[in-house]
Amino acid sequence: MPFWTFYGLKQGKASTSWPADGNDGQAGLLGMPRFDPAKCQDGCRACADACLPGAITLAQDRTAGEARLDVDYGRCVVCQMCVEACPAGAFTASSDWAFGVRRREDLLWGRAMDSAEGQALRGQIRRIFGRSLHVRHVDAGSCNGCESELQALNNPFYNLHRLGVFFTPSPRFADLLLVTGPITYAMRGPLEEAYRAMPEPRFVMALGACAVSGGTNGGGHACGNGLEGLLPVDVYVPGCPPNPAAIIHALLMLLTRMPQRVRGGQITAEAERA
Amino acid sequence: MTAESSARKVHAKLERLIIRDVAARELERGCRAAVSEGARVQFAYSWFPDRASGSAAELSRSDAPLSEEAELRYIVHTAAGSPPEVWRCRPGTLSPPSLAAIAPLVSWYEREMTDLCGLHFEGQPQPEPLVLLPGAHTARPPLKPGPAGALTYTPEPFSLPQIAGRAHRDVQVLPFGPIRADVLESAQFTFFYLGEAILHYQPHLFFKYRGMEKRFEGVAPELGIVLAERVSAVGSVAHALAYSHALEAAAQCEVPARAEWLRVLLGELERLYNHLHYLGHLCHTTTLKVGEAEGKFLEELAKQANAEATGSRFLRSLICPGGIRREPNLASLARSLARLQGEFAPYAERLERSTTHLDRLMTTGVLDKKLAFDLGATGPIERASGVDRDPRRDQPYSVYQDLPLRVAVREGGDAHARQQVRIAEALNSLELIRSALEGLPAGPIRALCRPAPFSEGLGWAESPRGSVYYAVHLDAAGRLARVKIKSPSFSNWRVFPYTVHDSNMMDYAINEASFGLTIAGCAR
Repeated sequence: MPFWTFYGLKQGKASTSWPADGNDGQAGLLGMPRFDPAKCQDGCRACADACLPGAITLAQDRTAGEARLDVDYGRCVVCQMCVEACPAGAFTASSDWAFGVRRREDLLWGRAMDSAEGQALRGQIRRIFGRSLHVRHVDAGSCNGCESELQALNNPFYNLHRLGVFFTPSPRFADLLLVTGPITYAMRGPLEEAYRAMPEPRFVMALGACAVSGGTNGGGHACGNGLEGLLPVDVYVPGCPPNPAAIIHALLMLLTRMPQRVRGGQITAEAERA
Repeated sequence: MTAESSARKVHAKLERLIIRDVAARELERGCRAAVSEGARVQFAYSWFPDRASGSAAELSRSDAPLSEEAELRYIVHTAAGSPPEVWRCRPGTLSPPSLAAIAPLVSWYEREMTDLCGLHFEGQPQPEPLVLLPGAHTARPPLKPGPAGALTYTPEPFSLPQIAGRAHRDVQVLPFGPIRADVLESAQFTFFYLGEAILHYQPHLFFKYRGMEKRFEGVAPELGIVLAERVSAVGSVAHALAYSHALEAAAQCEVPARAEWLRVLLGELERLYNHLHYLGHLCHTTTLKVGEAEGKFLEELAKQANAEATGSRFLRSLICPGGIRREPNLASLARSLARLQGEFAPYAERLERSTTHLDRLMTTGVLDKKLAFDLGATGPIERASGVDRDPRRDQPYSVYQDLPLRVAVREGGDAHARQQVRIAEALNSLELIRSALEGLPAGPIRALCRPAPFSEGLGWAESPRGSVYYAVHLDAAGRLARVKIKSPSFSNWRVFPYTVHDSNMMDYAINEASFGLTIAGCAR
C-alpha cells in the first residue's frame, strides 16, 4: 500500500534529539516531592501517616534524642499524598523526576552526600560495551506501568535504537538484566535463571519503586521487596513508574554517557545547572 | 445542560444496592432461574465478616465463630439498565454448590475463592488451583483476616491434557514463557500443535499474583486509592473510579458536579491513549510498520498531553473518594486535543483501507455472541461480538447521560470487529472529552467521603478493556476490611483461549493483540 509510504514520509521525523538537546517530552510531569526539613513542625507526623508505601518514616535520632523524618525516595510512588498532608509546606510538589542512581543509599535523603563512585568500574563498562547495550527485560510482578513506559522507548519519539540500546529476546545475548516488579514468589525462579544464563560481565537494573524497594505492592504473602539481597544491582531507578526519559538517562548513566544526577535524595547542583 | 439536572442524575448513583439473602441449597435453583431470564452473574467473591458487623439475629444463627465463616457474594445483572443485584449466601459449615455448570463464567471465581479463601465448591468441574501455582501452599487461606502466613513454593509442572490417539506422537507441546520475547508482561502459554494448527492452548496467567486484594486490608479508605491505581497501571483511572464509587456508595457521599465532569474527562483520556497503543501494537503484529509507528507516536502524544494536564502520564493521583484532588491544567489539554483530533481520524481511516492488515484481521479469532455472553467477555471484546452492553450507559455513573456517548457494537466477533470497536470508541472519546471541556460546570471538586464502620459499597467503571468492579467492606474502625477487585482482563482471559483452539500459530500473536489483554489486572 504505497499510501503508507507517502504518509510516513509526509509525517517526517518524529524523534527527539534529547539528551543531546531538544525536548525530553516530560513537560508538566510531577516528580518526587522536595523535602525541606527546616519547615517541619515539632511532633508532626502527618506526612508519614499519609505515606502508604512507607517512604516517609519517623525515626528516633539518637544523638539529638528527638524524632526525625527519614525519607527514602526508593519507596516513593509519587502519589503526592505527603504534599497534601503537610501543614507547613515541608514537602512541595516538584518536577524532579525519579533519576537513576548507582547506590541505593543515594535515594535516602541527606545520608550519602559523601558517596564516591567506582571509577574502575566505569572504565570497565566503557571498555567492554563501548557505546552499545543489549537489554533483557524481566517482569517480576509489575502493575504494567513500567512495561508501558519501556514499550514507549521504542516509539518514534524516544526511538531508543538511535542511542545504541536494544532489547534482546534471549538473556544469553544480554548485557543488562532490567527488572520490574516486587519479585513475586512465582517469578523469582525464572528471574534467577535468566540472570544465570547471562554471560559475564553482566549488569542489573532495578526499575521502578517495586523493584527498588517493594514499593506499595511488595511484601505480603506472595511478593518479595524488590531486588535487594536477591541480585547485585548496578543501577536503581525509582519512580512509579519512571518516565521514558528517566529510563534513558539511567541506561546512559550505566554506560557512563550521562552523569548521575541525584545524590543524597537531592538533585545535585551540577545537574540543576545543566 | 444545567448544573441542577446533572446534580440530580449524579444523585441517582446513591440508590442503595439490592441485597438478597439466598440459602446455599437455593443457590442453584436461583441461578438457573436468573440465567434463563437472560441475567448474567457478573462476578462472585467471598469474605469473612467481622463478628460485630451482623445483626444479633444473624449472629445467633450459627455456632461457628463468625470470623472464620465465609460469606459468599454473587453480583448479578438481571437486565441491562438496572443496577446489579447482590446475592448474599452464608453457607456455614456446608460446601456451597458450584454454579459453573449453570453460569460458566463463575468457575474461575469459585477456583479463586478455593485458593484464597479456603472454600470448597461441591461439583466444581475443574477443581485444580487457578491463582496459586502448582506446588504453592499457604499455611492458612490468605484472604482470611489477619496475617496471611507464609507461602511455601516448590515448583511443580502444570497438569496438562493427555494426548491420545494414533497421531499423538506427532503433536508437539510448546511451553512459552513466563519470560517472553520483547518487553511483555510475564505469563506462560502451552501450545499443543500439529504443524501450523493449534489443537489446544492453555495459558498460565498467575505468575504475577501479588496478593493485591490482601494489601488493602487495614488500610485507611483515603489511602487505598494509591493501591487501586497500582493494580493495573494502564487502567489506573478506571480502577480509581470504581474504588471511589464503591466508597462513595458506602459513605452515601455526593460528589460535586464539577468533579463528576472532570472524571469523565480522565476516563476518556485513559481510553484514548490505551486504544492508540492498541492500534499501534495490532499493526506491529500484522507488520504494518508505518501504522505501528504512527499509532505508538499518537499514544506518546496522548501520554505527554496527560502529563501536561495532570502531572501524570497515567492520569494518576487525581481521583479520590469524594471527587478530585486538584484542578488539572485544562488550557494545555484543549491544545493537545486539537492536534490528536486532527491526526487520529485520517490514521484510523487508513487502517481501515490497508488490505494486507485487514486480511490478517478478518476471520481471525472469532468469538461468537453466546460464548462472549456466557463466559463473561467484557468491554470492546463483548461489544465486537454483538453483545450490546456498556456500564457507562447501562449503569450510568459520572455524567455520561449528559454527553454524546455512543456505544460501538459490531457483530463480526473477529479481530477486525475488535479493531473497529476500538476505533469507534477512540473517536467517541475525543468527542466526549471536547464536550466535557465545553460543558464543565464551575464549583467545588471535592466532598468529604467518610464511610461509616461496617458499611459496604459496590462501585464500577468502564475501563478501556471493559468493566472494573470494586466491592468494599469496612471494619469497626472504618478501615478497609475486604476489597474485591473484578478486573476486565480476568474476564477476557477466561474467554480468550476458546478463540485459539483450532486456529493456527501464524495468527496467534494477532489474535492476542486484538484482545488487548493485561496480565497485571488478571493476576492482581
